[in-house]
Amino acid sequence: MTHEKIYTENMFLHYGSKMALNDISIQIPEKKVTAFIGPSGCGKSTFLRSLNRMNDLIDGVKIEGKILIDNINIYDKNIDVVTLRKKVGMVFQKSNPFAKSIYENVAYGPRINGINDRKQLDEIVETALKNAAIWEEVKDRLGDSAMGLSGGQQQRLCIARTLAVNPEIVLMDEPASALDPLSTSKIEELIVQLKEKYTIVIVTHNMQQAARISDLTAFFYLGELIEFDKTKKIFTNPEKKQTEDYITGRFG
Amino acid sequence: MIKSFKKDIKGILIEGLTLSSALIIIAIVVVMFTVIFIGGKDQITWEFLTSFPEDGMTKGGIFPAIYGTALLVILMSIAAVPFGTITAIYLTEYAKENSIIAKTIRFAVRTLAVIPSIIYGLFGLGFFIKFVGTQMDETFLGGQLKWGQPNILWASLTMSLLTLPVVIVSVEEALKTVPRELRAASLALGATKWQTIWKVVIPGSISGIMTGTILAVSRGAGEVAPILFTGVAYYLATLPASLSDQFMVLGYHIYVMTTQSANVDQTMPIQFGTTLVLLALTFILNMSAIILRYRIRKKKTD
Repeated sequence: MTHEKIYTENMFLHYGSKMALNDISIQIPEKKVTAFIGPSGCGKSTFLRSLNRMNDLIDGVKIEGKILIDNINIYDKNIDVVTLRKKVGMVFQKSNPFAKSIYENVAYGPRINGINDRKQLDEIVETALKNAAIWEEVKDRLGDSAMGLSGGQQQRLCIARTLAVNPEIVLMDEPASALDPLSTSKIEELIVQLKEKYTIVIVTHNMQQAARISDLTAFFYLGELIEFDKTKKIFTNPEKKQTEDYITGRFG
Repeated sequence: MIKSFKKDIKGILIEGLTLSSALIIIAIVVVMFTVIFIGGKDQITWEFLTSFPEDGMTKGGIFPAIYGTALLVILMSIAAVPFGTITAIYLTEYAKENSIIAKTIRFAVRTLAVIPSIIYGLFGLGFFIKFVGTQMDETFLGGQLKWGQPNILWASLTMSLLTLPVVIVSVEEALKTVPRELRAASLALGATKWQTIWKVVIPGSISGIMTGTILAVSRGAGEVAPILFTGVAYYLATLPASLSDQFMVLGYHIYVMTTQSANVDQTMPIQFGTTLVLLALTFILNMSAIILRYRIRKKKTD
């Protein structure tokens, strides 16, 4: 068994007085693709955002229990959120490039980390764009605005931007839900390649997508983690009735 | 279902009434612009714009008033734009939307915006000149009178208070057009809040900051009351050379020539010329602000 990268134990999350996550305990292994599935509002995205503390930005969110990354509790008082987010990158549902050039989008992360040497930045940008499988499409127009790219290209650019910070974990919140089938399959191929170097956690509404690309699948329902196992097992022989009902399309 | 003749007449009358009041507005604008343009157009020469008043201001140009107006709005902007922008950043980026402090600041900004401008003038006299200026003189110059009297610095600062609400509201509106997703993207890359504001939010709202600046400048260029007690002069033979000098301003120059001149009829062409210059200046400034704002709104809906 590989090393567990993310470990939570009895984790609860409240929005004000409403419970959004109820007693989540999960162990997510390193350098695998783990998919979170479940109907809308089941807490899978909320849980994902807890892993790089993006929920901190929302008023009234209260988290209890343990969330460990590499055995460090990321909600500990002396944890620097900025450092945490460099280690745990995130790709959002809607592609959100900055209104800057393609180059500057990717260089943004390294620059805020104090890297200003042009040669070093060039290298980082090229590597990140290559790792995000978009280098061939943009190498001749790095100075053009990122806003001119197609939706699928923008999303891969956002992945490149995340990789440029050199994270260990990449969280993806329905990264392909707004894309056409061709762009989606490119993103899926990319995700499978990325697991060689990164631990990937992806939230998806698309069960075929989870089945195609993930090694492990977690099924969330009404704020609870119902079942977590190898993807193959979840999709062929789930333990729980609720999981079976969901993946066979009986609800959700 | 017989049409009531009475109702018809009433409908026509009401429509006619609303239309005529709308037309009166257009007529006022047209008359105003036409009269000022016809009266002032022959006066506008290079010499008029670049020379000093002569013969008890019955002849010559209005250069000192143009220079003073420009200097006033520049100094005012230097004070009001950063201060207003920083306040707007606090309100949109740091303060919680419905916190007591945010509500209090917004209330104060709205109040500042409705205070009659002459009150700003009195405040400037009392605070900047009598309090700050006199203290400076006593502390640094042993009581010698330098800062404790009207000058362009105090006038500009007084004017900046008047224009502050304009800057704050414009910048706030611009900051809000920067999508939340971009802030999230920046933070998720490990940027601090300040790095996010400095590198993503402010560059994304630079045109709004410019709109606010232009509107403030245009407001400041047209106002006279706030500088009446704080620095504007009736007539000066020299241009202001230091922050402690007084200055001339277009708006006040018009007032002086219309009411204080020995021979009002003789100065009539100069009055028209000065008015046309002031009107053109504020009109151009406002138009550019409107165009900029329109482009921001368009960007927001894209």
